[in-house]
Amino acid sequence: MIQQFNTLSLTSRLGVIVGLILVLVLVTPIFADVPKPAIPQAKGDKCIADTDYMRRNHMDLLLHQRDLTMHEGIRVREKSLKNCLTCHAVYNKQKQAVSYKDKRHFCNSCHSYAAVKIDCFECHTSTPMAKDKNSGI
Amino acid sequence: MTQVKDLTDPSRRKFVGASVGVTGAMLIGPGIFLHQVAQAKPDAEAVTDKVRWGMLVDTNKCATGCDDCVNACAKENGWANEKGPDEVKVQWMRKVDLKEKSTGREASLPVMCQHCEKPPCVDVCPTGASFKREDGIVLVDKHICIGCRYCMMACPYKARSFVHSPVENHDDYMPRGMGVVESCTFCVHLVDKDKSPACVTSCKEKALLFGDLNNKNSEIAIRVAKENSRQIRQDLKTNPGVRYQGI
Repeated sequence: MIQQFNTLSLTSRLGVIVGLILVLVLVTPIFADVPKPAIPQAKGDKCIADTDYMRRNHMDLLLHQRDLTMHEGIRVREKSLKNCLTCHAVYNKQKQAVSYKDKRHFCNSCHSYAAVKIDCFECHTSTPMAKDKNSGI
Repeated sequence: MTQVKDLTDPSRRKFVGASVGVTGAMLIGPGIFLHQVAQAKPDAEAVTDKVRWGMLVDTNKCATGCDDCVNACAKENGWANEKGPDEVKVQWMRKVDLKEKSTGREASLPVMCQHCEKPPCVDVCPTGASFKREDGIVLVDKHICIGCRYCMMACPYKARSFVHSPVENHDDYMPRGMGVVESCTFCVHLVDKDKSPACVTSCKEKALLFGDLNNKNSEIAIRVAKENSRQIRQDLKTNPGVRYQGI
């Protein structure tokens, strides 16, 4: 390959080098510039734990709470999915909370970026709790 | 005026109230209370087997043709909106009419999950999704249910349903989805908040009574101790928490 390259005339060599540089310049943005997710601002001053901790561990907290609630009837709010959704709700122009199907939804904004498919909202509602339902909860 | 306001400190009032309560209890004797006041379980506390939730259905009061309880259940828990043929529709609760051929006596009764002490659905579940809570409520953990429907086969009361079609617009306190089995939960979300199941509160005839079978002072325990009641398919020895009178 290098021998073949050496046999080329000077202008041809230059052409090949310029071509290679051009390809690199054109291709690089595809790898470098994946847009970062626009993470919506949440309500309140701070989350139940630091952002770094929550980013890595929110799924474990939710899983733990899920089993406690389901099997032992422990219904503390703090680490519940409902509590997440209450603060992290995103509202549209009509002031209605958007669902997980919407790209602006807090969970979706990051999960679509990370390509992690979650099935929480196959059953759970993805919008904050309605204030007054016929149930006492 | 402001001074008077400052004096009425609410925490002081609480203290006075608590001390009166304590002296009251002490007068009767340690550990003895005249009335066991029904108190909501604190949210952070796990359910215990000190409680055994049960229901007493008085079929003498249950009106033929009335399905208020079924409708209340459907509304509270968000089922009955499914699309598709009737045979595969979700049914947590149904009314059954009985007629004795020789005498012609008729009875009508609601049938739902009987919340057995030894639930066959739990025995057959391959994933542990079907389970009994410490307080006797039999539930499906839909997070780990794989939708195999063994429990539906095992249940002698035909109490469970499989969700065949996608669920939309359900309430946030009752997560539901396609591909899993579900059944009456005794409205566990209400029971944990010290409320009665939706069917019980909806019954105009007061034919349904919900309570703690283990608490000897509860109305249900007093009634099942004094009055005749029976369980459906007693011969199977599953010891259901739901008992019936007049059948």
